[in-house]
Amino acid sequence: MKYDVVVIGTSAGGLDALRKILTTFKHFDDIALIIIQHRNPISNNYLSNILSDMTGRITLEIEDKTLLKKGVVYVVPPNYHALIEKNGLFTLDTSEKVCYARPSIDVTFKSFADAFGVSVIGIILTGANNDGGQGLYEIKLVHGYTIVQNPTTAEAPVMPNYAIKCTNPDEILELDDIGARLNELIRKNGEK
Amino acid sequence: MTDDFKFSNNDEDIEVILFLEAIKLKYGYNFGDYSRAHIKRRIKNRLVKTDCKNILELAHKAITDEAFFANILLDFSINVTEMFRDPDFFKHLRNEIIPILETYPQIKIWHAGCSSGEEVYSLAIILKESGLYDRCKIYATDFNATIIDVAKDGIYNLESIKEYTKNYNLSGGKQSFSDYYTVKYDHAILDSSLKKNIIFAEHNLVTDGSFGEFNLIICRNVLIYFNRNLQNKVNNLFLDSLAKGGYLCLGSKETIDYSEVKKQYDTFSSEHKIYRKNRKV
Repeated sequence: MKYDVVVIGTSAGGLDALRKILTTFKHFDDIALIIIQHRNPISNNYLSNILSDMTGRITLEIEDKTLLKKGVVYVVPPNYHALIEKNGLFTLDTSEKVCYARPSIDVTFKSFADAFGVSVIGIILTGANNDGGQGLYEIKLVHGYTIVQNPTTAEAPVMPNYAIKCTNPDEILELDDIGARLNELIRKNGEK
Repeated sequence: MTDDFKFSNNDEDIEVILFLEAIKLKYGYNFGDYSRAHIKRRIKNRLVKTDCKNILELAHKAITDEAFFANILLDFSINVTEMFRDPDFFKHLRNEIIPILETYPQIKIWHAGCSSGEEVYSLAIILKESGLYDRCKIYATDFNATIIDVAKDGIYNLESIKEYTKNYNLSGGKQSFSDYYTVKYDHAILDSSLKKNIIFAEHNLVTDGSFGEFNLIICRNVLIYFNRNLQNKVNNLFLDSLAKGGYLCLGSKETIDYSEVKKQYDTFSSEHKIYRKNRKV
């Protein structure tokens, strides 16, 4: 399978978890990476600056109708949900919170499942609420690839536990192994 | 638009198109140039709350049951808002724009897509505290008549007031926020003097034209629900409706960079997405 997009959702403890993955991951140019991290509705671009340092890639806090491109890291802004259109443009959305969260991981995951189907990899990391599980399930439903961080060693187990319950994911991995596994999955891109 | 990716169109997308066509033929509302991802999400959220098996059944229900269609209309027009949402924006408005408006004898303002009115009352409070209110005429419009009635009432859930108070203080509020409302049961009723110079009216950005020349147009987090095509059209409408040197305020994650009107504006604040119409045009 050829994967074009990686979407990662996380909440409490997310920044350290993201650092572990993104400093191991190598194939940024082959995919678009979208990160949904729960955070305070009034927060600045601190997160995108940190992610830019971690990845050495262009890191954009998504604005409405931003175009999705490979090689770029996208962060969903606080207090908005992000959807993806089938022409590759993001649409932002200020509608009701989902699972007490805006941005909601479910909203973005479902949208990517719908637009990309089989070429999306969805990952749920540490977090302290139930957001993300339903979205990951929809990625699985369209035969995308699904990974959940091992809840027993996660900083906050609720979110990965719920994602496992909803989805029965393709893999449950230790945090330290996720970056390397992504390298394998994406390196195989283009092979039959 | 992008060759980087392969997007998959599915049968549901076809059903969404038929759904939109059905309500256009029946009721005259055209959602064809709304964000398709947004419309599809709202339709699917509504679908699971009904006993309809698919979107085509939902379309049948929408065209045969007008009361049900009223719910669909509310689904499509997002009415989640706050007073002083993005306090930094309102602070900027207060400190940077108001001093310029202050030099005008009369000030005409259009608040487009006012929803249930929270932001237009926020604006009214700032104008009052700056001593400008009596010189202002504020047109607050929305395409949805039901939500305009809510805006006219100016009665909000008491639970929200705590957050609004916090926002008000962060936005540089000069008084106590409680000066602006009275509490009755579990509701806060906004001071009716805030309404004196606000004209609430129905206006559909998709179909209706310009109705005046304004010094300030505020339209925040409304255009995000449109596709680029319709955004461009509405941006032209705003351009035609602004006086020379007038200000356009969009939501903090919106931009006119993709629109052909970009050349007609100077960027007044890139952080808060405030644009000023060229004085030469």
